[in-house]
Amino acid sequence: MTKIDVTVDGVKYTDDVEPRTLLVHYLREQIGKVGTVVGCDTSNCGACTVDLDGQSVKSCTVLAVQADGSEVTTIEGLADEDGNLHPMQTAFHEQHALQCGFCTPGMIMACRDLLKNNPNPSEEEIRAGIEGNLCRCTGYQNIVRAVQAAAGNVTTGSGVSA
Amino acid sequence: MTAVEEKPATLQIGQPRKRKEDRHLITGRTTWCDNMVLPGMLHLAILRSPMAHATITSIDTTEAKTRPGVVAVYTGQDFKDTQGNLPCAWPVTPDMVNPGAPSLAVTQVNHVGECVAVVVARTKAAAQDALEGIDVEYEPLPAILDMEDAIKEGSPLVHPNTASNKSYTWAFEAGAAGTGAPIDDALANAEVTVKRRFIQQRLIPAFMEPRSTVVQPIGEGVLVHSATQIPHILRTMLALTLGIEEQKVRVVAPDVGGGFGGKIPVTPEEVITTLVARKLNKPVKYTESRSESLMSAHHGRDQIQDITITAKRDGTVTGLDVHLLADMGAYLRLVGPGVPILGAFMFPAIYKIPAYRFVCDGIFTTKTATDAYRGAGRPEATYAIERIMDELAAELGMDPMELRRKNWITHEEFPYTMVAGLTYDSGNYEAATDKALELIGWDELRAEQKQRRESNDPVQIGLGISTFTEMCGLAPSRVLGSLAYGAGGWESASVRMLATGKVEVVTGASAHGQGHETAFSQIVADQLGVAFEDVEIIHGDTQSSPKGLDTYGSRSLAVGGIAIVKATEKVIEKARKIAAHLLEANEDDLDFAAGSFSVKGSPGSAVSIGEVAFATFMAHNLPDGVEPSLDSDAVYDPENFSFPHGTHLCAVEIDTETGFTKIRKYVCVDDIGNPINPMIIEGQVHGGLAQGIAQALFEEAVYDDDGNLTTGTFVDYTLPSAADLPSFVTDRTVTPSTSNPLGVKGVGEAGTIASTPAVINAVVDALRQYGVNDIQMPATPERVWRAIHGGDTASGGGGAHRAEGGTNAYGGASTSTSDGANS
Repeated sequence: MTKIDVTVDGVKYTDDVEPRTLLVHYLREQIGKVGTVVGCDTSNCGACTVDLDGQSVKSCTVLAVQADGSEVTTIEGLADEDGNLHPMQTAFHEQHALQCGFCTPGMIMACRDLLKNNPNPSEEEIRAGIEGNLCRCTGYQNIVRAVQAAAGNVTTGSGVSA
Repeated sequence: MTAVEEKPATLQIGQPRKRKEDRHLITGRTTWCDNMVLPGMLHLAILRSPMAHATITSIDTTEAKTRPGVVAVYTGQDFKDTQGNLPCAWPVTPDMVNPGAPSLAVTQVNHVGECVAVVVARTKAAAQDALEGIDVEYEPLPAILDMEDAIKEGSPLVHPNTASNKSYTWAFEAGAAGTGAPIDDALANAEVTVKRRFIQQRLIPAFMEPRSTVVQPIGEGVLVHSATQIPHILRTMLALTLGIEEQKVRVVAPDVGGGFGGKIPVTPEEVITTLVARKLNKPVKYTESRSESLMSAHHGRDQIQDITITAKRDGTVTGLDVHLLADMGAYLRLVGPGVPILGAFMFPAIYKIPAYRFVCDGIFTTKTATDAYRGAGRPEATYAIERIMDELAAELGMDPMELRRKNWITHEEFPYTMVAGLTYDSGNYEAATDKALELIGWDELRAEQKQRRESNDPVQIGLGISTFTEMCGLAPSRVLGSLAYGAGGWESASVRMLATGKVEVVTGASAHGQGHETAFSQIVADQLGVAFEDVEIIHGDTQSSPKGLDTYGSRSLAVGGIAIVKATEKVIEKARKIAAHLLEANEDDLDFAAGSFSVKGSPGSAVSIGEVAFATFMAHNLPDGVEPSLDSDAVYDPENFSFPHGTHLCAVEIDTETGFTKIRKYVCVDDIGNPINPMIIEGQVHGGLAQGIAQALFEEAVYDDDGNLTTGTFVDYTLPSAADLPSFVTDRTVTPSTSNPLGVKGVGEAGTIASTPAVINAVVDALRQYGVNDIQMPATPERVWRAIHGGDTASGGGGAHRAEGGTNAYGGASTSTSDGANS
């Protein structure tokens, strides 16, 4: 067992972990951050995406020991203390960018990171930027809209004309 | 008739209300089954067969039992007398062969991934670690992968207790059924005959949330949490399969992360987890890995379709003859045998075809079982008819849209009883088509296509059409009965008026991402005249929503939604009596509108339904003999299916040098009747399109010659990412269904059903100039490149062949030839 100190969603944790423990398993099973989920076992789906020291990572590709001394933000820590949603969470709701919601925590974290690095992305850049996060429900169109909305580029809701 | 029926308020219905479901999903406050932790909970890991077909000669679990944290190890021998057989509820013919399906293999394995042994341990990691301590000896049997070989005389058998690998033959012939003309006459007298063999490759539903089950023994019973689409059916089936009394079984479907049919069956893992939990009298959790899910959760599609269409020279279609081979895989799952039969009625689609025959053979192979996947039978049918219409148009030298117009049912002809006996209640194919053609700029694209052909541009354009309909809203119980389906098709609802005027609605539909809570709240708000926010939808727990038939087949709104309407009508009728008493008026003199009862002609005197609810709760002043409750139940059994339709148009750009296909523009105009929530509808269409396009271009479950799934991870089973898909142009026409009071039709599967042929017709349209008349799905760059450059193009070209080197994705070499040029 190895001892790690890690801050998750603003709370400091000191825990013993097996060296092989993945960050996502530490988050889910040891400290109960079950908002972050596991969707695959090959780092393809991105459902486990979290923010590690300001960078978006798939927490299934990071060992818990690698997070020692780091700060992790998960989907559960995005809204502020008063429950005010992060703009990307709001955008996902308003643009209907989720259906079953299983990919959503990772997708929101990835989209948030995308805008941090590129505040004004084109549709193509958005699509390329979230390529590592799979969604089976939405066909991605409303996720693209949500990112555009969060970037301030879309003001209208869903575009059905009939 | 109530006032509500005569003049429904439409304050909420039709509005793009934001979803009530979202808040906990976007903040990570979710209840996925795998999140669940119970005191003393144990974890399961499952050892799965690495062999496609083998006899188990011995299993030694001694070492595994010594591993740290291991509580128990079980094999099929431990449960052979208690596990029963996994249920198949759809014996499509009286003589259908069902060899039985153990949850845990006992003496033989019949596909890679079949459950062979289980480890129970204190942690998931300990359970998984201990799997390698189990030693299984297998005596290999021949892998049976090719459907046509499997039914040849002398083929080895998948199951030793059967006489052949054919499970059933299901046949329909309109002449014999009295719904159309004899097919033999149509075939004999045809001026033009076109035959094709189409391949529906094997697909994997690939819901994002891996399946997970937590079973907690409570007294003599069990509390089962499972990532399932069917908590109610699962409850009944677990009781029947394991001999637990039904009233002792409670099933909860908590947040469920997608299903697409993939969470329809009763799974081996659900049964095994229940058996282990009861044996140890401890709560037990099993959550599959993605690799396990892709390998052993059921697959979809996998048909060989031999299609013959006959017509007059002027393009009038005279007959359609369909012969399917449908791969059941190794076992019959809950509705697996019936999936191709759902397609039986849909091959004639929107066309007035006088003669029709459908024959389907269900076949066992040593692959993972197949069952429902989004559309279930109807995408296969729609693909075949829409592809063959294009091939017929090419043979006749007709414009493919002109051929469709010549043969489709015109909007004046509804209701229309088609050749397979279904009565389509409403539709307007002309309107949807005209709108779609305009939206995509069809004529401009045709002009560009011509110009690119003439200039021999390396990027060629293809245009594809799919004018589809489907049958959904499963389903009228008597129709299901005539098809030998092992359940009804009704849905249940209860509406409870609370003392504060808030409303609880219990539904038997079990959502897993569709947005039921929002759409149902809109309906109830309008029916009762209460606020959208004041309605709470309760579902997914057999204790709180005790009656239901769950969510599949685009049925939740068209069946479950109507049950809710019926229940609200009963609430209003009960409230009317009490309102009349409170207003000292005659019941017949009351109007009900916008949530208030008022006396006709005296608008000043009114009482809201909330006030009536409070008065009912107090029960101080009720009319004599009236029970103090407004709560009402309804069970609705639809009289007909619903028949959404639409026109989907796809323009592709094909790089002839690389074979890469890019969707340039995709336009769909769907007609799903009256919209409840256009935002949710659009989302359903988007997601459906993505899955249908994925079948056309990206996805395929591939087995090698030994029966190993070679697409067992998301590295190889390639779900489309955002970068692989375009933005779609979606629009609607509205032709209300006449079969239900809301005028609604289902939308959950429409996009998937319609889109696959639109894309492939576009690809073939681009390639036809090279002599290509078919391309196997998925139309990968390699296949497209081979089709363009592949030599004997007149017989279907390289495009009709799989990647060289012989894999057995759907029957190997025997399916590698297209029927080719017109016979």
